[in-house]
Amino acid sequence: MSGLLFERHSLNEASWLPDLGEPEEKTLALLPKDVLRQKGPELPSLSELDVVRHFTRLSQKNFCVDVNFYPLGSCTMKYNPKALDAIAAIDSFSLIHPYQEEEDAQGALKVLYEMQSFLSEITGMDDFTLEPAAGAHGELCGLLMIGAYHRSKKQKRTKVLIPDSAHGTNPASAALCGYEVAQIRTDAKGHVDVADLKSKLDGSVACLMMTNPNTLGLFEEEILGIARSAHEAGALVYYDGANMNALLGICRPGDMGFDVVHLNLHKTFAVPHGSGGPGSGPVGVKKELVPFLPSPRLVKKGDGYRWEKNLPCSIGKLRAYYGNFGAIIRSYGYIKALGGEGLRAAAEHAILNANYLKARLKDSFEVPYDGLCMHEFVMSAARQKKKGVRAIDIAKRLLDFGIHAPTVYFPLIVEEAMMIEPTETESKETLDEFVRALEAIDREIEEDPEKVLGAPHTTPVSRIDEVTAARQPNLRYRPEGKAGAGL
Amino acid sequence: MSDSTGLRYLETHEWVRLEGKIATVGISDHAQKEISDVVFVELPKPDRTVKQKESVLVIESVKAAFDIYAPMSGKVIRVNETLKTKPDLVNRSPYGEGWLFQVECSDLKEAEALMDESRYKSLGHAAGH
Amino acid sequence: MQYLSNAESDKAEMLKAIGVSSFDRLTASVPPGLKRFDWKIPQGISELELMRQMVELGRQNRHFHHFASYLGAGNYDHFIPGVVGQLAGRGEFLTAYTPYQGEASQGTLQSIYEYQSLVCELTAMDYSNASMYDGASSLAEAALLALRSSGRKKILLPATLHPEYRRVVQTYLSCLDAETVTVPMKEGVIDEAALGRLLDAGTAAVVVQHPNFFGLFEETRRVSSMAREAGALVIACVNPISLGILEPPGEYGADIAVGEGQPLGNPASFGGPHFGFFTVKAEFLRRIPGRIAGMALDKVGRRSFVLTLQAREQHIRREKATSNICTNHSLCALKGAIYLSLLGKKGIRKLALLNLKNAHDTHERLLQIPGVREFSKKPFFNEFALKVDRDPATLRKKLRENRILGPLALKEFYPEFPSAYLFAVTENRTPEDLARLAGALESS
Repeated sequence: MSGLLFERHSLNEASWLPDLGEPEEKTLALLPKDVLRQKGPELPSLSELDVVRHFTRLSQKNFCVDVNFYPLGSCTMKYNPKALDAIAAIDSFSLIHPYQEEEDAQGALKVLYEMQSFLSEITGMDDFTLEPAAGAHGELCGLLMIGAYHRSKKQKRTKVLIPDSAHGTNPASAALCGYEVAQIRTDAKGHVDVADLKSKLDGSVACLMMTNPNTLGLFEEEILGIARSAHEAGALVYYDGANMNALLGICRPGDMGFDVVHLNLHKTFAVPHGSGGPGSGPVGVKKELVPFLPSPRLVKKGDGYRWEKNLPCSIGKLRAYYGNFGAIIRSYGYIKALGGEGLRAAAEHAILNANYLKARLKDSFEVPYDGLCMHEFVMSAARQKKKGVRAIDIAKRLLDFGIHAPTVYFPLIVEEAMMIEPTETESKETLDEFVRALEAIDREIEEDPEKVLGAPHTTPVSRIDEVTAARQPNLRYRPEGKAGAGL
Repeated sequence: MSDSTGLRYLETHEWVRLEGKIATVGISDHAQKEISDVVFVELPKPDRTVKQKESVLVIESVKAAFDIYAPMSGKVIRVNETLKTKPDLVNRSPYGEGWLFQVECSDLKEAEALMDESRYKSLGHAAGH
Repeated sequence: MQYLSNAESDKAEMLKAIGVSSFDRLTASVPPGLKRFDWKIPQGISELELMRQMVELGRQNRHFHHFASYLGAGNYDHFIPGVVGQLAGRGEFLTAYTPYQGEASQGTLQSIYEYQSLVCELTAMDYSNASMYDGASSLAEAALLALRSSGRKKILLPATLHPEYRRVVQTYLSCLDAETVTVPMKEGVIDEAALGRLLDAGTAAVVVQHPNFFGLFEETRRVSSMAREAGALVIACVNPISLGILEPPGEYGADIAVGEGQPLGNPASFGGPHFGFFTVKAEFLRRIPGRIAGMALDKVGRRSFVLTLQAREQHIRREKATSNICTNHSLCALKGAIYLSLLGKKGIRKLALLNLKNAHDTHERLLQIPGVREFSKKPFFNEFALKVDRDPATLRKKLRENRILGPLALKEFYPEFPSAYLFAVTENRTPEDLARLAGALESS
């Protein structure tokens, strides 16, 4: 097992830096003494080799798409083409400054401008901003624009409607914008309960936030009527694009009546997840909302591109500069490489793979919402729970088969939920291995439940005591603490 | 006192023990089991005025957070400081050392709206179940 | 180019297992009217063609390997050792998800714990989260924390704060019952008399950027104690590399310290992605936005790491979460951690001194040029403003001829400084770069 960085000590002179060329004291004399640091920082001192070994060994303790099947529902863990990393690393894209003159960055601006057009075409929206850094950041952006839109119409609307199957970011973003959240029920078939929705649609509703396909992996068949009802009540409809991978080239949120759309480039458009980020959360809008887009706006003048900053109705800025360019350029390359046909094929295979898994697994596991699904589906370990084994145990046991666990206990409306999204890049062979693993675990639950309850057995550590971790948080290394324990 | 005799309940699983104007509040055994391992209790500030059924504090487990409501209106006069270091008392002794806070009641008549133990039990998740 | 793994024969077999006759049956729940649309997405191309096109497009950008950059303002041309990109680019880090399954993510979790520890050391603060999107959004989250924790409604933002950061805080707060008030500046730093007048019992927090947008040092201790007297929190926004030599925010009284992590091993990348760091004093631990990794034990007592205090977060607390953040900038923070471990205690000091020296040499040299005048007499780190009495168009032309990017014209953000420019000077700038920069200024 690897020790902490702080527990290793080797030679380190940071020799990758040139010499100062004069005594430190002389340089320090440039500043008044009272601004200087008196002690530390106590950063660990390691040789380059030790740093390389440390982080390489750490990396080897991770599951990842490059090694493991990773069927995390709602996360779209598809293969991320390596060519895209190479593009983002090209000097002329990675070594440019956001404040260099527009004429010195026309290549980068062209990427951004064309990307806005591509995303508008793919989603059926009128314009896009690439500024938000992630999905939740996009939600914040979209909800702020919706607020600005209603204010421009002299309307005070205080409520956001959100289905009970929604991602946690939806209500959190609504609250961040000062909205009250009202929950909409899911009906027996796994769709938004239209009657419940209609009973809550009144003049106080600013917008309805929806994911389509929803988090159960089902397409909201009534979407056109739902959007119409919302619009009749003066509310806007917001599209959480977490599940856009199902719809590429098949249908478009803009055509369904959505007014604001966010996409997760790190899900649908192949930006690697990077152990939790960075992603990118572009937001698309219909014409009526264009004036409220964040600042600045990229415009095309003749053959050139430039930033328009004089935007009196804009909501403002959500982060410094223009967006996660290094992520956006990967997605730009992805769309260029796949083309329209390739994008559609991606969605088709994502749907095919999910339905195949659902069909193969429905005998061993309960599937609460039967029938065909889109790119993902939710099954339940309720049957297994009766034998004393829960979804979390099955998830941990899967790790021993070299397969990452599905999303568990989400959506909240399904007991012992296991949400499975295979993505289009996986082969039937891999899906079959996954089915065999789950069937084997199901047999173990009958024959040797302890094996499942005690899992994982093959990972660098076994089940972690999260309770003590939360009761007595240890969130950083403290050198003094170590000295104390040693005495 | 660590038994549940004579307690009154809110449907949201808070119990209250009334002694004169002083109400001691905790959560039922059923509730602590549902929450499972309590990892943190976010206690209210003393002197805070609360209304009946208003959210007063939050109990956290590893994977969830639960709002706890005031069974009686009044002023918070004491909080169980021990929970700062031993949140697990809520699990180990829900009716005793795991109490949460005390309120000086402003209206004792409010107690009439609370359930007695047999009514609370009849909801199908009796204390000590 | 497609990245699928199923053959046509697989497809037929799978449809059969599902029990449908054709793919179209799978999307029967989509209303047919929605399936008819035209989109203008070009045909796909091969990887070879893609790379050729991108390299060609890149030729329209002037980049740091051909041009010496004096641009800063939160995003700097620092040297990045080869190790950083190699390690952070490993598939095990690059293609893993958020470490919710702890046993399958010990690499990520330990590196986050180490990142948190390194950032706490650097800032002398008690706790750090696992990263935010960038410095500006991190500052906005700090303002939200201050509003919630104090119950007060006003955030004071100095005129010396990065103008885009100010705009971001204002945007985050625009739909809430809260206001931001600008504290005027004097000689390029916070006007303390004005600050005194603005601080009152309704002030939730005072923000201080140090070094500030002009690269100048603020009177951090005095600002802190003024805030404290009014019962307001202090939010420091700092440059991490400056902390190699400058007093850290934890020691001058900051309750929350945030900043832009780009200088720590992340390429400029036209402004993103980088990461924002977010640190607090212990009493605010439960109010931190976003993810935190903690050390734990597994069931046989082995040291392990896990995401903890998750009940603050959106996936559990939903509308009552401390923030809506989910995806953060983990990989960028990892680069920061690798970079800091390559520097070590001596290295971070040396790096800070190299920046300090280079910037001061440049400052001194440029001031010898007729028509170049001082902006402020306050001390600075690796960035400074100068007044340059030149025709902007001619100056731009000369800078380009001399292969220089920047300096930043301050009039973009501060119309009251029509002739001032902001120069950032890192360890990457050489005496030859300086000669070209001086030449451009002299000849324009």
